[in-house]
Amino acid sequence: MIDPTTTDAPVIELRGAGKTYRSGSIEFEALKGIDLAIHAGEYVAIMGPSGSGKSTIMNVLGCLDTLTRGEYRLGGTDVNDLDEVELAEIRNRQIGFVFQGFNLLSSLPAWRNVELPLIYGGVPRHERKLRAEQSLERVGLGDRFDNRPGELSGGQQQRVAVARALVGEPTMILADEPTGNLDSVSTQDVLALFDELHARGRTIVLITHELEVARRAARVVWVRDGEILRDELNEDVAA
Amino acid sequence: MSWLESLRTSWSAVYSHALRSALTVLGILIGIAAVILTVGLGLGTQKDVSAQISSLGSNLLIVAPGSSTDTAGVRGGFGSSSTLTIADAEALASTVNAPDISGVAAEKTTSLSLEANDTNWTTSVTGTTTSWLDVRARTLSTGEFISAEDEETSAAVVVLGSETADELFGTQRVVGQSVVISDKTFQVIGVLDSAGSDSSDNLDDLAIVPFSTAASVLVGGTESAAVSTIYLQAASDGQLSAAYQEAETLLLNLHSITDSTAADFTISSQDALVSTATAVYETLTILLTGVAGLSLLVGGIGVMNIMLVSVSERTREIGLRKALGAPPGAIRRQFLIEAAILGLSGGLLGAILGVTAALVLPGVIGSSIVVSPAAVGLSIGVAIVIGVSFGVYPATRAARLAPIDALRSE
Repeated sequence: MIDPTTTDAPVIELRGAGKTYRSGSIEFEALKGIDLAIHAGEYVAIMGPSGSGKSTIMNVLGCLDTLTRGEYRLGGTDVNDLDEVELAEIRNRQIGFVFQGFNLLSSLPAWRNVELPLIYGGVPRHERKLRAEQSLERVGLGDRFDNRPGELSGGQQQRVAVARALVGEPTMILADEPTGNLDSVSTQDVLALFDELHARGRTIVLITHELEVARRAARVVWVRDGEILRDELNEDVAA
Repeated sequence: MSWLESLRTSWSAVYSHALRSALTVLGILIGIAAVILTVGLGLGTQKDVSAQISSLGSNLLIVAPGSSTDTAGVRGGFGSSSTLTIADAEALASTVNAPDISGVAAEKTTSLSLEANDTNWTTSVTGTTTSWLDVRARTLSTGEFISAEDEETSAAVVVLGSETADELFGTQRVVGQSVVISDKTFQVIGVLDSAGSDSSDNLDDLAIVPFSTAASVLVGGTESAAVSTIYLQAASDGQLSAAYQEAETLLLNLHSITDSTAADFTISSQDALVSTATAVYETLTILLTGVAGLSLLVGGIGVMNIMLVSVSERTREIGLRKALGAPPGAIRRQFLIEAAILGLSGGLLGAILGVTAALVLPGVIGSSIVVSPAAVGLSIGVAIVIGVSFGVYPATRAARLAPIDALRSE
């Protein structure tokens, strides 16, 4: 269900993307020059076992790490040329992170956690609270604004994290093993939320090693040893 | 991210680790309070000492016997023998020889036992002349002082210090009572007003008798003409150094000494005493302030330690904030403000404690403490500077953390 207004230009584009880690004299090639294009509104799962390079892809897509060769364009901008301050701004505007370990600040109530990206985006205070609450309502936590993370279940905490990822209206949601710390009920809960976001036209990139999770995405990119093995549409989901 | 947002974030971090923050603040607090108190105590003591020395009288020169040189060229110690006599005092009183000296009071002091109505009290008995009251700037609370006639007739009269009168007679009327000193009965003719105490003497515990009486009745023998101190009063402040010159020349002549370095007496001025005492207390103040400053430095290291702990404990938080779009500058600012909050709280609370103690302590230890607003303001400023400068390193470390490494840390 791709938004008909989007142009042909992909929001995410990797071209000959390579990443080599150096530790002393030892070199490790984590990405061996991959090409990948993701369009607006797509729901893509990047699937592979540990050590396959999928975490490296996640870090590169999230502008947390830079490529050693090749090109990464996010929303038309070449990310490799940017300095640390500009990268921070890109992360703030374009990417909504959802982590395996939730990464909520335990001392802050739910809405304060959700407003964090808006603080760094320079959104005024009164507007932040409003948008944080709207975002929490959108993930079904309309009655949990003032609860601290410790007072919420794992599934609810991950919903808060999703609300935080959504609040800045980013170009894409980047989820790194979002169900890795959840029981099966909460896993279904969070995956249903992703389905819903996808249905509403969000661009979602999900990194996982679980087939069951990857099957929920419209498109699955199989990664192994730093290379893309298969890139296929999921017939059940893809419209 | 605005400064206000950084301030909110930093404050909530300080607030959420209340105990740890409080202990860090305590380190700075103690340092600041110590600096304020030691500086205050130093200034207060200087003021007290100056006041005590001034209370001796105004435009005063003090001639003390001593530093006599024997035939072998060995100089005796200060006050080792009485080289001043009542004749010296009389010569100094002459307006022809010493026109700039307006008052002379010779003192002959010994410690003796006073007896009245079965009460015994040992005090310093001073034989002196009528001019003593003016020269020493003292006043009487009741009765009268020794008169010229008492001096001529070696009258058996005594004037008591307020404390001495209290000890001997309590609440009774004192003037007119009798006191026995060295088996001789004296009549009390007056009581002095209270003057407190200076660094070496209690100015309220003494008995004054006519000089002639002291010389003949109480001391006697070869020492009868000797005096222990001669107080000289210059006619005015501007004539003090002229008075000093006249007194020195006159006494050297009288004692047939040609070399002023071999003088068998010492003349010191009140100003010299004040400046000597002030210099001593200034040195002491600087020393103590240095020690207090050290404790402030230790407090600052405490801030740095806590900030380093805070950074490593919150590595994940830093990583998350960076992932969500915090630029390095915002992270650095957050931690710097946190350190500044700790420093400022320590400074303010330390100033409050220091000033409170400065108000309460003088009543307990009997020494005045002068709180200078400059010292208070400066210490608060120093506390913030300490907080921030010891916070720079931890904050920079936090700002430099790579977001992926920070996110992965447990």
